[in-house]
Amino acid sequence: MSIDINTARKVAHLARIEVAEEALPPLADALSNILAFMEQLNEVDVEGVEPMTSVTPMALKQRKDVVTDGGYQAQILANAPDTREGFFAVPKVVE
Amino acid sequence: MTDLSKLTIADARDALRKGDFTAVELTEQYLGAIEAAEVLNAFSTNTPEIARAQALAADARIAKGDAPDMCGIPLGIKDLFCTKGVQTQAASHILDGFKPEYESTITGQLFDAGAVMLGKLNMDEFAMGSSNETSFYGPVTSPWRRDNEETKLTPGGSSGGSAAAVSADLCLGATGTDTGGSIRQPAAFTGIVGVKPTYGRCSRWGVVAFASSLDQAGPMVKTVRDSAIMLQAMAGHDAKDSTSADLAVPNFEAALTGDIRGKKIGIPKEYRLDGMPDEIETLWQEGAEKLRAAGAEIVDISLPHTKYALPAYYVIAPAEASSNLSRYDGVKYGHRAKLNAGEGITEMYQRTRAEGFGEEVQRRVMIGAYVLSAGFYDAYYIRAQKVRTLIKQDFEKVFAEGIDQILTPATPSAAFALGEMADADPIKMYLNDVFTVTVNLAGLPGVSVPAGVNSSGLPLGLQLIGQPWNEADMLNTAYALEQASGFAAKPARWW
Repeated sequence: MSIDINTARKVAHLARIEVAEEALPPLADALSNILAFMEQLNEVDVEGVEPMTSVTPMALKQRKDVVTDGGYQAQILANAPDTREGFFAVPKVVE
Repeated sequence: MTDLSKLTIADARDALRKGDFTAVELTEQYLGAIEAAEVLNAFSTNTPEIARAQALAADARIAKGDAPDMCGIPLGIKDLFCTKGVQTQAASHILDGFKPEYESTITGQLFDAGAVMLGKLNMDEFAMGSSNETSFYGPVTSPWRRDNEETKLTPGGSSGGSAAAVSADLCLGATGTDTGGSIRQPAAFTGIVGVKPTYGRCSRWGVVAFASSLDQAGPMVKTVRDSAIMLQAMAGHDAKDSTSADLAVPNFEAALTGDIRGKKIGIPKEYRLDGMPDEIETLWQEGAEKLRAAGAEIVDISLPHTKYALPAYYVIAPAEASSNLSRYDGVKYGHRAKLNAGEGITEMYQRTRAEGFGEEVQRRVMIGAYVLSAGFYDAYYIRAQKVRTLIKQDFEKVFAEGIDQILTPATPSAAFALGEMADADPIKMYLNDVFTVTVNLAGLPGVSVPAGVNSSGLPLGLQLIGQPWNEADMLNTAYALEQASGFAAKPARWW
């Protein structure tokens, strides 16, 4: 499976990474090479094999659905590039 | 002045308790050594004020007789661990200036035990790399050189700063993280011991995530005994990490008897690669002989899906990375790109990530987005997870047949030069992890032990793979191998 320029553009968009038009052909080549390497997996007979979901066979712990912690507004905002009135601030999203 | 080149954590622990030197004196000496070794670029942030305060507190505890093993031990902390109030960037531009408001569980446990943080250690960006060359801080230079050459060598990666700092005696131990070999490969390249514990043995809370089902933190130190001591302080259940195991942590140091009589050591035939250098093959055979001489039984085994581990890894790890790294978008922390008039939030996300992520990280995030995308999810991601099941079953089978540990080379070569792989296909760099990546896919513990030097005087390591949750027995075999190998090479100081 090789990746063409349109697919490379789509993948860049899915990943939310800006890629200049002239950088798309080398990107498509690089991604194609990696995918070709992954094609080896098609040699394996995986009929009836369960896909791994947890590497250690243990059930995730559950706890009561209650608030256990919180009240850190100042700390959570402390590293933000832009905040206003106790919120994260971003460019206008809705026209 | 203590000879730092010969000092181990175990020695320092005993000397501190006897009063041969104080934690403050030891810390000052390490701070001096770090200052004199800036050319290695091993540390990304120095924290001398924190170190001095922690050393002072450690001396008070030692004086009171209330001193855990790690009390007063100067450490370096990989930049992937969140440290409260101290720059933590995962060696990425996108986390510029990030100062966590909280402490990772592991560093918290180490500091509670009295350990001293000298600074943060350089690494590959988001732990993606095998040579430390993807770091936004610039590469780390290994303290090791080939014979009489001045060529700059890689310390390996991604925990390259940790490896360089320990082998150059800039700290007594360092934290590392290992997603596909990032503790064991740099440990092998620099002649130190690196342990990747069983998945779930150490909490991942507060460690910047790369691939959550594979990531595991561990110690990088000079001796197997030191690895036992430091792992003890890092391990244990943490309610804040739902994948951390609620199991008792055994006394790792007490397990180091060196008696491996009757242990069955597996030699997997699939790890014998075409074109593998003779020096690696010889090292491996000699390692097996040493274990046999110590009373172990050497058994030929087969792990038939080994060949598919790297391609499975390079589906699963980027998939998890693309999900984990989606949080870096210029909103909550770190870098935010400047926008032109008329541009909006989509441009902000895309440009922030284009400016903030390096080339290798971008490549992996995009590969991950692709293999998870509609229409390809089953063909790549689900298939890779099925292959992962088969790889784990390979190990379960040999362990069920009575194999205690598996002996393999740690890396397919000695350290290479910085820049040597610059024009190579990224896949060539990925091959560095060929012997280590299976262990992450199967969630097993592994340790890299320095076992010899090559014809240019560079260190080579052997890997022992243990049964899940049996780091103690694995470390005991590593201890026997260390004793038999008698590795004592050190880099000649040029910095």
